[in-house]
Amino acid sequence: MKVFGWRVPMMFSLVVWLVVWEIIGQAGWMFLIPPFTDVLRASFELLGSESFHKSAGVTLSAFASGMGIAIAAGIPLGVLMGRVDAVDRLLGMWVNVFVSAPLTALVPIIMILFGFGQTTIIVTVMLFAIWIIVLDTRAGIRSVNPSLIDMARAFCASRFQLYTRVLILAALPEILAGIRLGLIRGVKGVVIGQLLVAIIGLGELFELYSRNFLMDKFWAVTILLFAFAIAASSLIEMLERRVEYYAGARG
Amino acid sequence: MSDQVAQAAQSAGSDPIVRVTGISKRYEGGVQALEGVDLDFPEGRLTSLLGPSGCGKTTLLKIIAGLLEPNAGEVQVAGRRVTGPGPERAFVFQDFALLPWATVTRNVAFGLELQGISKAERREKARHYIREVGLTGFEDRYPHELSGGMRQRVGLARAMAVDADVLLMDEPFSAVDEQTRRKFQEDLLHLLSVEKKTVIFVTHSIEEAVYLSSQVVLLSRRPGRVSKIIPTDLGGLESPDAIRRSKRYLDTVEDIWGMLKQYLLEDEIK
Repeated sequence: MKVFGWRVPMMFSLVVWLVVWEIIGQAGWMFLIPPFTDVLRASFELLGSESFHKSAGVTLSAFASGMGIAIAAGIPLGVLMGRVDAVDRLLGMWVNVFVSAPLTALVPIIMILFGFGQTTIIVTVMLFAIWIIVLDTRAGIRSVNPSLIDMARAFCASRFQLYTRVLILAALPEILAGIRLGLIRGVKGVVIGQLLVAIIGLGELFELYSRNFLMDKFWAVTILLFAFAIAASSLIEMLERRVEYYAGARG
Repeated sequence: MSDQVAQAAQSAGSDPIVRVTGISKRYEGGVQALEGVDLDFPEGRLTSLLGPSGCGKTTLLKIIAGLLEPNAGEVQVAGRRVTGPGPERAFVFQDFALLPWATVTRNVAFGLELQGISKAERREKARHYIREVGLTGFEDRYPHELSGGMRQRVGLARAMAVDADVLLMDEPFSAVDEQTRRKFQEDLLHLLSVEKKTVIFVTHSIEEAVYLSSQVVLLSRRPGRVSKIIPTDLGGLESPDAIRRSKRYLDTVEDIWGMLKQYLLEDEIK
């Protein structure tokens, strides 16, 4: 971006909006928007507070378990759908429905099935994240160069070797993209799950702060959560960049 | 036809190591790619499969490799019936089929890796064949850092490294530019004179077939049948340039072109 011939770094737009936020906050027009500096102060207070550590720990463990299950189940399912037409026809429609369905509507049902606890949150995260991982893995496996498969067979690869030394690695860029998108959906899942269950983790804090109109703390939790989601997805993005040359070499 | 086969085998002066009998292949959807193909491939020689495009040359090669099932007939390699890929055959692919995430060394050693051979031995063998194909210094490069010709050298080294008796090459030089191809052809001939392999070589280039082979098998249009077997041994001429200028080479190229032209004309009338 260039303004009056000056190169302006990308971060600058963020600064502009934060200044606007600060001005609105200081003017006190809306109680929903406290000054950004207050939110920042609240963020640091939160980061040091016991209750935040506990809540974040609960949330993080639910998120990690849910994502773990989604990845561990999603990749094999996607591989299976990519390789076996019968499985693809059997499950393809459902995966496509779930990947675009408003899953939030299902959370109350999950609550009935699994109770008001951590299990519900884990299942919610899994449910939000898994479908895109399945779809992307399937797409990756389908796009593996057929002559690479012929090559593995011609050099007498066992079925296990074909999958572990060729197929999974060749589909890795798509699998990682699926995991990255799954992570973002998983963050959504953990927040929605905890908001609806409302008595554990960061959901409890959200509920507490918004009910008591502690808007600076409310925004602080929100920002920290955003930051986590962005950090997690950039981490995967970095991994993706490392395997990026696959795509070019496959083309 | 079988007389001709026997003759060709005799003229090449050795026993067949690969024997194809009555091979027919029909693809799903009803395309008859091959019909009743009988062929013998003499040991230690290079045989080219040549024919109009879509005549089933590659299909036949993949059946010999065990990558495709024929609908009828059988392939025998060294007297044993082929039921799938085997360690006595190695394949060189038209599009190289290299692992993009693996270095040259690991790609060359990939066949050995699949066989469970120890890492030290793999490295040793890979290094040897990397030198044989002239890629010393590129051991730790990745395929996307190499030119097309170099990538195919990796493909060739990989096929050599598993020490198969039969090398199956599917239009290996068609994705390589003209000058590189000539050099590569000369290097291949030199390499084969050292390594003593039986090679079955699919190509659509008449010059390439005549230059490289001991015999050229001409396949007819779809459904592919053996139309003629032409012995082309140009042995005795040492230098590649002498071969390319020799009367015998030029005449054979013209003869084969004459035969192929028939198919093209028939195609146009159709």
